[in-house]
Amino acid sequence: MKYVALVYYQESLIEAMTEQQWHDLNQECIAGVERLCAEGKYITGQPLQPVTTATTVRVRNGETLISDGPFAETKEQLAGFYLLDANDLDEALQLASRIPPARLGSIEVRPVRELPPKD
Amino acid sequence: MNAMPASPAHIEQIYQDHSRRVLATLIRLLNDFSLAEESLQEAFVAALHQWPQEGIPDNPAAWLISTGQRRGIDQIRRNQTARRHAHLVEHDEPSTEEADETPIDDDLLRLLFTCCHPALAMDVRVALTLREMCGLTTEQIARALLQRPGTVAQRIVRAKRKIRDAGIPYKVPDSHELPQRLPDVLKVIYLVFNEGYSRSDGQHVLDVSLASEAIRLTESLARLLPDGEVFGLTALMYLQHSRRDARQDQCGELVTLEHQDRNLWHQADIRLGLDWLAQALQLTPVAPYTLQASIAAEHATAQHADDTNWKRIVLLYDALHQQHPSAVVALNRAVAVAMRDSPREGLRLLDQLSSTREVLSYHLYHAARADLLRRTGDLESARMAYQRALALTAQEPERRFLTRQLRLLDDHLASRPAP
Repeated sequence: MKYVALVYYQESLIEAMTEQQWHDLNQECIAGVERLCAEGKYITGQPLQPVTTATTVRVRNGETLISDGPFAETKEQLAGFYLLDANDLDEALQLASRIPPARLGSIEVRPVRELPPKD
Repeated sequence: MNAMPASPAHIEQIYQDHSRRVLATLIRLLNDFSLAEESLQEAFVAALHQWPQEGIPDNPAAWLISTGQRRGIDQIRRNQTARRHAHLVEHDEPSTEEADETPIDDDLLRLLFTCCHPALAMDVRVALTLREMCGLTTEQIARALLQRPGTVAQRIVRAKRKIRDAGIPYKVPDSHELPQRLPDVLKVIYLVFNEGYSRSDGQHVLDVSLASEAIRLTESLARLLPDGEVFGLTALMYLQHSRRDARQDQCGELVTLEHQDRNLWHQADIRLGLDWLAQALQLTPVAPYTLQASIAAEHATAQHADDTNWKRIVLLYDALHQQHPSAVVALNRAVAVAMRDSPREGLRLLDQLSSTREVLSYHLYHAARADLLRRTGDLESARMAYQRALALTAQEPERRFLTRQLRLLDDHLASRPAP
């Protein structure tokens, strides 16, 4: 099964890090991805720029509405995602627990939904 | 087939005895909770039709499994949209021989670990365990948990959907995961047990005993998974359950351990509890449930309240607090110290605990403090503590108990000469 692991943390925690701590965290994430790849569990993933760079778009009555910022203000912000290939939820949770920011914030694990076949 | 006549009552009994194990295996074979339940029902209906004429099969469980599996696969064939199950349909008629060899007990364990999976909320785990493992109806669960049947039904439906869609595996955790997962299962079972006590408040007549269901669950778990803590929890529940008739008086009022009529304690349960405890002590002497069972055993074996070995109980609480430093354990330890040494010493320990908000909002903290204050003769302070306890609990039997204590105190205060 495919699972998405959504990585959330308070960006303020990251901002408070020293240069060295930030560097180490990134290196740890790179090593983690390499290990997931070697195990055949990693499909794709990407860290994100901070929410200050977010723009939200909605279409209402055919009109495109654009607003500055994330769609909702939350205590922890979405910081990145992993698309994982796991046998079941237990394995997905175990893999997610190894994502380094799990120590700082929260990782939400969701199974992907397959679209029905094209008509 | 044997020649035994099959009355509906007899078939019903066979169903009662085997339905949970058959269901557990059907869930594995059909890979779907709801489909397995429907198929079990259909297999049972088929049994009611066929057995009276053909006799009861030698292995009724295997018959129900293979019939249920066939019905389930038919169902999948009918719903061709269920592409997920395509691989199951490829196998043709399942043979009875196959079902005979299935390690059915493993399926029951799988079912229990799935119902108690940490990805499900605690109240969901309790409802699902009662439904799937104990075979209670939604209505029975709702009555036992004092919830609306609709709420319980919805909770169970959602849980099954999550199990299916999120890919919660139908398996017993590997040996390296087991130590982490077993406590979750034991916690659900103990919650079911305690739920049985807190809900039977004399105003509600329950048609199921959650306490008995919980004991049955751990006993079957103990058979399948001989772990010290499983034995310890079984011991703990038997020892607590032995006091069921003594913990309320005839009016349904709570009676504290100290004032219980020990002749009402069920000696057979105490003996079973002590047997389980002896087994637990060989494997996990200082694990939390085994320690709690050891404490319960001290009470169970004291002839009178005055004979209680408080010295040993304090030591056991010390060990428990070391493993599980919690406010509740510290509170019980303080009470045990009060009984061993003096109420004043117990109060000193309780005051040390009062720094945390969790403790201050716990009614039993204030009730324990009130009782110790009363014993030291500080009746005014005891009165205030009882009132705080009363303000913090909504449970009717607890409220009546505290109100009665307050009244006794008031009578005492009124009869005292004015200073």
